[in-house]
Amino acid sequence: MMRRRAPLPVARGGSDLGHTRPSGRVNISQPFPPFQVAMNQPMRRTISRLAILVSLVAAFVAGPAAAQTLNVEIANGLKTATPIAVVPFAQEGGAPLPTDVADVIRADFNRSGKFRSLDKADIVEAPSKGADIKFATWRLLKQDYLTIGRIIDAGGGMIRVEYELWDVNRQQSLLAQQFTAPAGDLRGVAHQIADQIYEKITGVRGAFWTRIAYITAVGVGNNTAYSLIVADSDGFNPQVVARSRESLLSPAWSPDGTKLAYVSFESGNSAVYVQNIGTGSRSLIASHPKGINSAPAWSPDGTKLAVSLSYVGNPEIFIIDVASRTETRVTNNFAIDTEPTFTPDGQSLIFTSDRSGKPQLYQTSISGGNATRLTFQGGFNASPSVSYDGKQIAMVQGNGNVYRIAIMDRSLGNQVRFVSPGNVDDSPSFAPNASMLLYAASQGTRGVLYAVSADGLVRQRLVLSDGDVREPSWGPYRQR
Amino acid sequence: MNKTVRVTLAALLCVGAVACQKKQDVKQPVQPPVQTTVDNSGANTNGKYQPSDLDTDACLRQRVVYFDFDKNEVKPEFQQIIACHAKYLQDRPSSAISLEGNTDERGTREYNLGLGERRGNAVSSALQAAGGSAGQLNVVSYGKEKPTCREHNDDCWSKNRRVEIVYTAK
Repeated sequence: MMRRRAPLPVARGGSDLGHTRPSGRVNISQPFPPFQVAMNQPMRRTISRLAILVSLVAAFVAGPAAAQTLNVEIANGLKTATPIAVVPFAQEGGAPLPTDVADVIRADFNRSGKFRSLDKADIVEAPSKGADIKFATWRLLKQDYLTIGRIIDAGGGMIRVEYELWDVNRQQSLLAQQFTAPAGDLRGVAHQIADQIYEKITGVRGAFWTRIAYITAVGVGNNTAYSLIVADSDGFNPQVVARSRESLLSPAWSPDGTKLAYVSFESGNSAVYVQNIGTGSRSLIASHPKGINSAPAWSPDGTKLAVSLSYVGNPEIFIIDVASRTETRVTNNFAIDTEPTFTPDGQSLIFTSDRSGKPQLYQTSISGGNATRLTFQGGFNASPSVSYDGKQIAMVQGNGNVYRIAIMDRSLGNQVRFVSPGNVDDSPSFAPNASMLLYAASQGTRGVLYAVSADGLVRQRLVLSDGDVREPSWGPYRQR
Repeated sequence: MNKTVRVTLAALLCVGAVACQKKQDVKQPVQPPVQTTVDNSGANTNGKYQPSDLDTDACLRQRVVYFDFDKNEVKPEFQQIIACHAKYLQDRPSSAISLEGNTDERGTREYNLGLGERRGNAVSSALQAAGGSAGQLNVVSYGKEKPTCREHNDDCWSKNRRVEIVYTAK
């Protein structure tokens, strides 16, 4: 599935951010796996158009049927990243499998910015057991680490995946683990293997086996269909969680990953809903007929939602207890106060306010009182996302007509660095380990999503092949 | 998706949904000067507006108020529109208006919801100052969710910074 056209381009420093030079590209056509392998490009395009047509008609006439097609492109590569080889896993018996586990792991590593995996075409030997490894070969290929594995039919539709991680220079085994899972969940297994290897080498928990949520808008004008989608962190396995003929925005994951809070205009005005992803059951959390009901954010313990409500006259931050629906007002100011997000300790809120004239980020206690201004660089700072340790705040920073994603490091005297090139970038969302962010950008007249490493050096685009993609939100770690 | 597919898709959706008769507002970013504030020719009672005037009166037919960048003041050139719609609200106490606030694409979606509401509130205040009553007016903000133009330039942005006057009761 992976077809490299050129070696990964190199990007050093922020100055290269503006150049998008696609190299690796993976085409994913989830709903039509039979067409996936053998089709040429124009044919595939026609099929995916048909797929969207069929799914749209189905959406309004029949009901379900989720057909989304995502392309994944690696925009920038990095030569300084750690070289690692992931050998295609040997398969011992059983039917051909739907997923190439090594491909998935390789793509995860490349996207992270921390690793550079050896091209599949350059893998000249295929050991599947430690005893078969010829270390000289991998040293010659300048690889620091080597991953090998085998896939065994465990019977009853189950697959056992065994893998080993080796240090090439020390000729030392670092990891030897196994997973047993249904054949249909091989991508999940591959992401978990990537997470374990990432943690073993970097010391930081991997976040590949996570999910993302985003909004798509397909169609034009009043025939636009909006969907809330949940997908794997690499954009695969997209599933429609909610549909609407009116705008959807601001999806927010509950800390346990079972629910999404989001805003829908389906009633004619903004309203905040919470939906269980597994059961589909949904409840209305805030729907004052007068004014805005928007910008939900979960408390770290999952019992409360911070929101922005304007029925009091102008947008103010409130905290709603999800079980009792009790509202507690936090801010009291004539400005627009919105986009609240809890700090990891649950004791403060960081939010956007234009009380000083232009929107800037502020922090206040959940019990209200004075707010402290956090941002001073740039004419426009909004949409905060806070890293798990509270040390970094990602935001949209606007200067003139250029809006980019910036990260303020609170442990480094509030230094601000840009991680996106602009011009209309929006909605930053940290991965749970803060190694990467998702954000929304614009290409022509449509929205696209990017995943970018926290240092800004490696970006990957996730693109819905038709329509507008926006409002990404990176979910929490999943429970094994 | 190419145009043919879009058209086919639209046609299919129309057949499927049997509901394509939505309002087709003709929106002009630059308002031509209004010649007569109140057109009495069609009125049958003491110069008071009737529901039919909404379709025929040159002033009442204008239902979009445009704003400058990052501003929510109603500009002087829109005072005539405000005046005739306020008069309609006065003449027809059972009528009601929804003011739909919109912004250009710059800035975040949530912050723009706030900006759109400010513009809606500004038009609401202007209509009340000109004789409309608060009970007849409702403000809804769509922020940047409903652009009429999708290019990334000043011309397009100026068309999107607007409040639409939508009669929910005539």
